[in-house]
Amino acid sequence: MPGTVQSIERAAAILRTLAGGPGRLGLSEIARSLDLAKGTTHGILRTLQRVGFVEQDRVSGHYQLGGALLHLGTSYLDINELRSRSINWADPLAARSGEAVRIGTVLEGRVLVVHHVFRPDDTFQTLDVGSLLPLHATALGKVLLAYRAGGATAAQLDAYTRKTVISKRELSTALDQVREAGWGADVEELTLGQAAVAAPIRGYGGLVVGAIGVSGPVERICDSRYRPRQHLVTCVRDAARAVSRDLGAARQ
Amino acid sequence: MTESYVVAIDQGTTSTRCIVFDRRGQLVSLAQQEHKQYFPKPGWVEHDAMEIWRNVERLAPRALQRAGITSDQVAAVGIANQRETTVVWDRRTGRPLDHAIVWQDTRTDALVHELAALPGAQAVTDRCGLPLATYFSGPRLRWMLDHTPGLRERAERGEVLCGTMETWLIWNLTGGLHVTDVTNASRTMLMDVRALDWSPESLAFFGIPRDMLPEVRPSVGVFGTAVAAFPGVRIGAALGDQQAALFGQTCFTPGEAKCTYGTGSFLLLNTGTEPVRPENGLLSTVAYQIAGAPATYALEGSIAITGSLVQWFRDQLELISSAPEIETLARTVADNGGCYIVPAFSGLYAPHWRSEARGVIVGLTSYITKGHLARAVLEATAWQTREVVDAMARDSGLALKTLKVDGGMTADNLLMQIIADVLDVPLVRPLAVETVSLGAAYAAGLAVGYWPDLDGLRSNWHIAGQWMPAMRPEIRETEYAHWRRAVERTFDWIQPA
Repeated sequence: MPGTVQSIERAAAILRTLAGGPGRLGLSEIARSLDLAKGTTHGILRTLQRVGFVEQDRVSGHYQLGGALLHLGTSYLDINELRSRSINWADPLAARSGEAVRIGTVLEGRVLVVHHVFRPDDTFQTLDVGSLLPLHATALGKVLLAYRAGGATAAQLDAYTRKTVISKRELSTALDQVREAGWGADVEELTLGQAAVAAPIRGYGGLVVGAIGVSGPVERICDSRYRPRQHLVTCVRDAARAVSRDLGAARQ
Repeated sequence: MTESYVVAIDQGTTSTRCIVFDRRGQLVSLAQQEHKQYFPKPGWVEHDAMEIWRNVERLAPRALQRAGITSDQVAAVGIANQRETTVVWDRRTGRPLDHAIVWQDTRTDALVHELAALPGAQAVTDRCGLPLATYFSGPRLRWMLDHTPGLRERAERGEVLCGTMETWLIWNLTGGLHVTDVTNASRTMLMDVRALDWSPESLAFFGIPRDMLPEVRPSVGVFGTAVAAFPGVRIGAALGDQQAALFGQTCFTPGEAKCTYGTGSFLLLNTGTEPVRPENGLLSTVAYQIAGAPATYALEGSIAITGSLVQWFRDQLELISSAPEIETLARTVADNGGCYIVPAFSGLYAPHWRSEARGVIVGLTSYITKGHLARAVLEATAWQTREVVDAMARDSGLALKTLKVDGGMTADNLLMQIIADVLDVPLVRPLAVETVSLGAAYAAGLAVGYWPDLDGLRSNWHIAGQWMPAMRPEIRETEYAHWRRAVERTFDWIQPA
């Protein structure tokens, strides 16, 4: 059995100290009460601050528990923040791939579209930010499902086309493949004639906070054997990595 | 054949950037460096022009290296620059005599009041299309001549030169070419916007020796060949940053307009080849001039407080922890609940120009939540845009059909929808984030034949997003009336001492 990680124990002790304290606490007070070096304490506090578990008062410099602790069960990243941070990478993805780009996150068992860039051909298109898509029948959804603890929790596996994955076992295999490859696809699983490729967007610590992908007519997205074209997969994965880097995920 | 590229130098207020673009107008690489802001006294803002030039020298090889290209693959360099920032330097040594005075600097306030009372002030305004204000470079140059011992004598002997930032950069890039472009010259108050050259009468009014001024050239056309930073590369264009954004948004036809939504917002409307005489608090400015063709003009409306109202909401009220969360908070309610915020933090700008106005929050009841306030914050940007658009329609007779948008705030979907709703025209966002530098690159590439013509540039422009108006007309009218009443409540707050 592996040993315990000391810095995590210390981080937990700092959180308990802040939770038990009368209000905001200064660095020296925290360090003194835990008998830790100031430098060590400061390093842990800065890390906790970065993940939102601790907040620092701008004027006094004192620390308190962060708002993110109250929302541990829900998505930590505001969806509008996600859009704002990814917009500079979604545009080049649309330009390079020549296809429409969408960014999605999970909301109540579905994919919520948080950003949409039109296919750059100036045909009439409508922004579908805010619309909800099925998790199991879309590339975005499969990527989001693949990295959720507990795996396939899509309640009902409705069939949208003949190719939609509707058996739990098959879906589980598909999600294994997504984790293996680091990207996912749907080929005519939601709409006949349409296909999509998506990859995960990671925040700090590698947490998957969303997915980014391109979609379009199956003959443009896939080769003659109905497999997504390699250059599209590369473009999508590069864009996903670029957004992840911006969000503070370690380089993979 | 090796692929060639165009480079833009975007010399902005806080940083300088070099960006490499390919033939499709796609960003290939970017290098950026901030420069120091000097605040020697309240209201004074200065830059070290030498620091800015050194940054360009450092950024040029970095941008090329990141793109994996060499300078012989660069077809042309274009410059977009912060406007109205003015510097004076020694013709012989090339050293600035002092820091550059930045566009935000208000040290010429008293001088501008004095000048406005002189006979001939109205004629100056008529010739240049701008009101007398601290914003522009002419009064700034006069201030330098008045406050630097010996400067006037040296200027009259032709020993010192002045210019805005593109002039300074071209001087250094070419090793001594002293030129400006019509868009930057149109922000000095010294140029006759019809003649497109310095007006002797305006120079006499401000007391500025002709010999210290650069030669006025078209914005799009080869200025010269660089000997530093990009040795051997032709300088194909120079434009003020907002004019560059208009060019980058390919607003080449009268009636086409763009708005850049940032800390403040700048709306420019192409008005064609005749300058429009502004009567509703807007500025008349040169949009661009292609060498050998007549100039294209624009009306400009600046809104001082847009993104900075969101920042105020975040930093001063602390109701949100990041700017994008304003949308999340605003979406917790269906409407503004009868609440309006007019951010006249330092008076109202276009089209009202009321310096004695101060901000208000009106319509407060016990029903109002922070969600309603967030909504009112976003609506303030939308209604301010509407006021500028209405003033432009009155001045130009051109009705807006769509508004092209860019800038950081375009990431806010709710804001974009509200603006489309209150303007009652579609908003379109192009697939190009960096419209300022793209405009400089387009202009430079056009000058050297890298792109064939304006249509060639238009075909590079693609819609990345579109918001259609969806507000019922009667609601739009009622809300606009409420907004106007809220604006009236800001008037006359600061009383004469």
